[in-house]
Amino acid sequence: MVIDYETQLDGGKHWSFVAKRGSGLCLEDVAGGANLAMLFYNPLNPLERYNAPDTLKCQHTLRLTRGHCLYSDMGRIFCSIIEDSVGWHDTIGGNANRALVAKRWGDVSYQAARNDWTQNGHDAFLVEAAKYGLGRRDLAANVNWFSKVAADDRGRLTFAAGHSAAGSQVTLRFEMDSLVLLHSCPHPMNPADAYPRQPVKLSFFQAPPVAEDDVCRTSRPENLRGFENNRLYHLGGGH
Amino acid sequence: MDIRASTLDPSQAGIDHVIGAGDYWLHHLRAGQTLRIVDLEGNQAADTLFFVAADPAERYSAVDSLREQGNVYLGLGSKLLSTEGRVMLEITADLVGRHDTLGGACAAESNTVRYDLEKRSMHSCRDSWLLAVASHESFGLTKRDITHNINFFMNVPVTPSGGLTFEDGLSGPGKYVEMIARLDVIVLISNCPQLNNPCNGYNPTPLQVLVWG
Repeated sequence: MVIDYETQLDGGKHWSFVAKRGSGLCLEDVAGGANLAMLFYNPLNPLERYNAPDTLKCQHTLRLTRGHCLYSDMGRIFCSIIEDSVGWHDTIGGNANRALVAKRWGDVSYQAARNDWTQNGHDAFLVEAAKYGLGRRDLAANVNWFSKVAADDRGRLTFAAGHSAAGSQVTLRFEMDSLVLLHSCPHPMNPADAYPRQPVKLSFFQAPPVAEDDVCRTSRPENLRGFENNRLYHLGGGH
Repeated sequence: MDIRASTLDPSQAGIDHVIGAGDYWLHHLRAGQTLRIVDLEGNQAADTLFFVAADPAERYSAVDSLREQGNVYLGLGSKLLSTEGRVMLEITADLVGRHDTLGGACAAESNTVRYDLEKRSMHSCRDSWLLAVASHESFGLTKRDITHNINFFMNVPVTPSGGLTFEDGLSGPGKYVEMIARLDVIVLISNCPQLNNPCNGYNPTPLQVLVWG
């Protein structure tokens, strides 16, 4: 696998980029206990965006792992999860805002700590969204890579502390061009005493073509139809 | 699952309206007013969005509401939080026990994935919402505002191992859920027209909405 670009996002930071159809992205939890939040949009029409409810109900799952696809609200697949050493990634825990971070870990300003301030996920997403003309109305339930939120028999939610070990990896393959907003701010349910500041390594590469027996295509009949929707979309020249 | 009947008298309600299946209801609710949604014939899904009237960019947030109450189901006592963490409404009476806010709404496009590509022309909740916002521009809402909703009366059990299923409803004829607005809000309900899954018993039926105060 030839890596086209590799970078590390330290904890509490944000970024965005447009991933091209057919590209791959490997995420690595460098030190363990990372959280990498993501939202996805169609760069040609950002009204098409990641839809967590459709992603969950189309695949009858509460967790995301290898073989799952991340759906837009238009029945298409932004990216599929082609490898995963973690087994459960969250998309129901949401994001922390400034008030929640302040309550949990204290509000450390930029003035006081420079880039070691306690940045929050909500503001991080807003900054990246605004670069593309998007705002509060465009944020949605996000993915939290490397984090696990499970429900017990009565629906009570718990955050699995220590869920992702150092060196854990999850690999995405983009099935259409996707605007990706991301941040490495703490998961809102993380019980850590100090503001968690865990780095994530991102490696970009060209993914092999999708095979007929590809695990994401074939894991559910719904995904065969999702891939067919992407095929129809690209028949139109990608618009 | 806690059940509590309401003490409010339907004959005293200021608004008493029936939403046919496949139709929508878009309404301003003032802080202090109480909204009751009645599942008239049972097994119907009320796909519902709430917006802060003064600033609709602030709206109901499923993930914030679930996380802060520590439970994946909505029910009696649930506070419906906004994207800014403010309490928009609170469930004050409920004859059903629990309601879904993970499953989202049906749409022409998600129907193609869930059922068949050739089912794209079937009516859906999102079509009802889009017609509602397009027909009432004064509310200032567009497709950007069609987000993650509540499915009152819908039963979407999740399992500890991470499974998620759609099951026959816990609701029944005449059962209702009631909530008091803590802020001035816009409410947008689609009475679900879905014919492909058991969320409404394959037989979409009318809902009734009542408002007091």
